Amino acid sequence: MSEPLLEVENLRVRFPTANGPVEVVRGVSFALGRERLGIVGESGSGKSLTGRSILRLVRAPGKVTADRLRFEGKDLLAISEYEMRQIRGARISMVMQDPKFSLNPVMTMGEQIGETLAVHGRLPRRQIRRRVLDMLEAVQIREPERVYGLYPHEVSGGMGQRVMIAMMLIPEPAILIADEPTSALDVSVQGEVLRLINDLITRNGMGLIFISHDLNLVSQFCDRILVMYRGEIVEECAAGALEKARHPYKRGLLASVPRIDETRAELPVLDRGAWAGA
Amino acid sequence: MTTAFTFLGLLAITFFIGRVVPIDPVLAVVGDRAPQAVYERVREEMGLDRPLFVQFFSYVGDVLSGNFGMSVTTQRPVLDDLMQVFPATLEMATLGIIIGVALGVPMGVIAASRQGSLTDQAIRVVGLLGYSMPAFWLGLVGLLVFYARLQWVAGPGRIDIFYDGLIPTATGLMLVDSLVAGDLDVFWNAVSHIVLPASILGFFSLAYIARMTRSFMLNQLGQEYVTTARVKGVSERAVIWRHAFRPIRVPLITVVGLSYAGLLEGSVMIETVFSWPGIGNYLTAALFNADMNAVLGATLVIGAVFIVINKVSDALYRVLDPRAQ
Repeated sequence: MSEPLLEVENLRVRFPTANGPVEVVRGVSFALGRERLGIVGESGSGKSLTGRSILRLVRAPGKVTADRLRFEGKDLLAISEYEMRQIRGARISMVMQDPKFSLNPVMTMGEQIGETLAVHGRLPRRQIRRRVLDMLEAVQIREPERVYGLYPHEVSGGMGQRVMIAMMLIPEPAILIADEPTSALDVSVQGEVLRLINDLITRNGMGLIFISHDLNLVSQFCDRILVMYRGEIVEECAAGALEKARHPYKRGLLASVPRIDETRAELPVLDRGAWAGA
Repeated sequence: MTTAFTFLGLLAITFFIGRVVPIDPVLAVVGDRAPQAVYERVREEMGLDRPLFVQFFSYVGDVLSGNFGMSVTTQRPVLDDLMQVFPATLEMATLGIIIGVALGVPMGVIAASRQGSLTDQAIRVVGLLGYSMPAFWLGLVGLLVFYARLQWVAGPGRIDIFYDGLIPTATGLMLVDSLVAGDLDVFWNAVSHIVLPASILGFFSLAYIARMTRSFMLNQLGQEYVTTARVKGVSERAVIWRHAFRPIRVPLITVVGLSYAGLLEGSVMIETVFSWPGIGNYLTAALFNADMNAVLGATLVIGAVFIVINKVSDALYRVLDPRAQ
């Protein structure tokens, strides 16, 4: 692994509640190079919040602290909101889960994709349009001219997610965070969207943080996997070495994945008591 | 076409309600000491002895040809009366809703974008005051402070007596007519008369509009696409106005449209306190005098206002929301 793009050390996210602060992310540390890093975990494990803290998008009253959150030599927690905006979208981007909700319902696709460029670059309007059409082609949309003028309710989920990817990749960021990018899509479309993300980040030499609850998907797709449970990273391994996992949570998860040549009479479910002390 | 049916329904309902209410329009004309023979004759003259349906159809015919009948109170055709009182209300209501929207919408947006802050609290208090203060009290206090004490504005009425009838009536809107006539003295006098009552109306609609805007905005700001915009590096101001505000324009139009229609109905309190010769005053006086032609005429105008405002809102939805097309 070359010089890391992003270094995270002891990342914590805290929310105040009536019964005192609750820590939802508890000391997460990792480094990201030009690679595909998967973060897996069940809902509530803090994986999405980890992604959002990197972009400093954890809404108040949530509080993010870290010993180190460095990107391109900048301390992301120390820079001003203005500097952070220069990084968001332009250098670190995020593909969200469900295009039904994550696209603005009253803006055309072209307008939304172009906005990312307009916010960051000083490109003249006509060139923006040209670039957006090229980008739509790059995400394998057949009639870019037509899709440019469509509204989100007029396209399918798969196409919406392609537009999302186009919108997030058009300024050529260094890191893409994909937060459950295929969970809202039909299985038949999932593969296409994943392949698309893979092609684009490989071509541009980007780093990818792939957040998902789907262990199989992540192990096939990523180079390295972090397993999160209750706000902590409980396991880190290369994607191929998943079977050698030691942590009881991960072993429990692996055991409950159904196999095509299933011989077990009953599919095991997670026994949370087994690693309570771990 | 549907508009025509809506209007016919409105005519039917106002007409039959007008006939069902225990008010005797004949009595209003002849007085309660008239002999039976006179009563009967007037009743026949007014056509009230005919079957209800015959009366209704002839009424519809009359209305369609612009004849709303005579007003017992003013001894003038109701249509002439309405042409005089409705513009007075229209002028005040329009200015009021402009004030309400111009201040209320930004206040609601700001309150939502700083939810829980001191600004939010302050805006909430202003809104609460607008909700809970009685109109006549606010009108009286307004007159006391700004007219009697500070003398910043003119008193009740639409115009000083000195300027009354100086300019020809074109639209019935004092502000427009005076500009058409090019008489700036009259214009500024009319402005100083209308500014206080219109501001008070504006304050009331502002309270409602700001409150609704705030809740619509809060709803939008919690949506996922707002996060998307932030991820793209869009500035907070653009997130609010370009992204979150655009979808709420449609529900806002409904709110503003209904407020406007409410103001056009004529605020009787404000019109009374400010001696404003508007439709609210006219309708109330007509009701008290059992002047049914005037009541029906004014009700029709108010109903027509609601229909028109609804039609305009519908048209605006389609322009503003691609999903409604």
